[in-house]
Amino acid sequence: MAVADFLLRPLIALGAFALGMLAGIGRLAIFALTGVRAALTPPWYPARLLEQMGLIGWFSLPVVGLTALFTGAALAQQIYVGGQRFSAESTVPAVTVIAIVRELGPVLAGLMVAGRVSSAIAAELATMRVTEQLDAMVTLRTDPWSYLIAPRLVASTLMLPILVLVANIIGVLGGYALSVGRLGFNGAAYLATTRRYLESDDIVSSLVKAAVFGFCLALAGCYHGFRSGGGAAGVGRATTNAVVSAFILILLFNLAITVLVFGA
Amino acid sequence: MSEPRLRIRGLKKAFGAKQVLDGIDLDVAVGESLVVIGGSGTGKSVLLKCILGIIRPDEGSIRLDGQELVGLRGRALADARAHFGMLFQGGALFDSLPVWRNVTFALTQGKLGGGQQMHALAVEVLAKVGLEPRVADLRPSELSGGMQKRVALARAIAAGPEILFFDEPTTGLDPIRADTINALIRQQVTALGATAITITHDMASARHIADRVAMIHAGRIHWEGPVSALDDSGDPHVDQFVHGRAEGPISATVAP
Repeated sequence: MAVADFLLRPLIALGAFALGMLAGIGRLAIFALTGVRAALTPPWYPARLLEQMGLIGWFSLPVVGLTALFTGAALAQQIYVGGQRFSAESTVPAVTVIAIVRELGPVLAGLMVAGRVSSAIAAELATMRVTEQLDAMVTLRTDPWSYLIAPRLVASTLMLPILVLVANIIGVLGGYALSVGRLGFNGAAYLATTRRYLESDDIVSSLVKAAVFGFCLALAGCYHGFRSGGGAAGVGRATTNAVVSAFILILLFNLAITVLVFGA
Repeated sequence: MSEPRLRIRGLKKAFGAKQVLDGIDLDVAVGESLVVIGGSGTGKSVLLKCILGIIRPDEGSIRLDGQELVGLRGRALADARAHFGMLFQGGALFDSLPVWRNVTFALTQGKLGGGQQMHALAVEVLAKVGLEPRVADLRPSELSGGMQKRVALARAIAAGPEILFFDEPTTGLDPIRADTINALIRQQVTALGATAITITHDMASARHIADRVAMIHAGRIHWEGPVSALDDSGDPHVDQFVHGRAEGPISATVAP
């Protein structure tokens, strides 16, 4: 009896963990659907949407731009060094543009914006929850789903593709600058090769990824902020959980989209 | 006796294993000011949030002018809420909006239309709670605690609700400011002809605001009566609470 108990305990713990995780995914999915429904049905708040587009899009430009610039340059250097081992230094422009547009542009922009925006959304909504502002809004006959959550989800989904487009361009330019300035590439030839290897599918998949990541990072912020409780500590927890969830969602969907689009 | 404005029967709500409300029965007549007293954590706020439909009760009925509120959803719930105005404990002002947008929030529901007209209206309502027009353009974070309470009161009354709820209106204020808020509440409730429910554990506030007092204990209405009967209720629980004694039938141990 005692032995059976001893053997069962890890299984019970494992089962509880799996059930807890499934319940969490279910709650997040229901939250996402409720948010999408609020975004698709009136009332709409265009002023809130514009405000969020500014906060999420415009103010993320510096951090996204810098990340792309440095990563693009470092990538070119690595490909050059790696390529030397089998005399393939000339692949730098082609590999750089494909790596940036397909993977690094959307993923790095998504992660950087998640660090900035998911945490900010979670902290703001959690504070509103703790100070009863969300309850107050309901009593003033305004639906927080329409007023707070829908504008954030939509703004983030719309702005991320634009940010990623910028990140892609700056990332390629970073690689170009390092290759021409330090590695002795010919500028015109570099850009011509970049153009030749860049396909429209790459750009489309890059922007689709960006939109999905944008939705995910706003969703993680809204979900943890809206459902928080337990005072100042709860606000802190919501913020941390929002960033971690956003990162995991972004990396998970990146893998899924990559396998779906390029693995077939 | 006419139909009460609010009629609550058998209201129950548990959070996990903790039975917070355990069969509340309460009537509030039209134009009456009821004060609900009770220790911290006895479910006074939960009661108000159940009436407002923010918290869904497990059991029981809440009727407003004979219409059942429990179980309402969506549009119907939003319409029912149009009858209510609430002053939250911490004010719960939206710190992203200027004071005048806060005051007129129930009228605009967050929309940006009618700017000038709404601003003028906000100034008018702010005057009712004794605030100068310049306050309208400040941010909530620039206001003192007492002023925030006044703005929150202005926001609660701006749409002219028939029923007003006050959650600990004097908490965190010095006795003089507390008394000013009490006077304002009394005055605005009378001016609107509204029905009011106030929850508090400030006895001075209770005496000032109440027509009738009800005490919550152990999840039920333990005692109710006119405010004049508060001092000779003959109930040891009420006596202990009113006089703030540590010894008595109510144990002072704080639940986790």
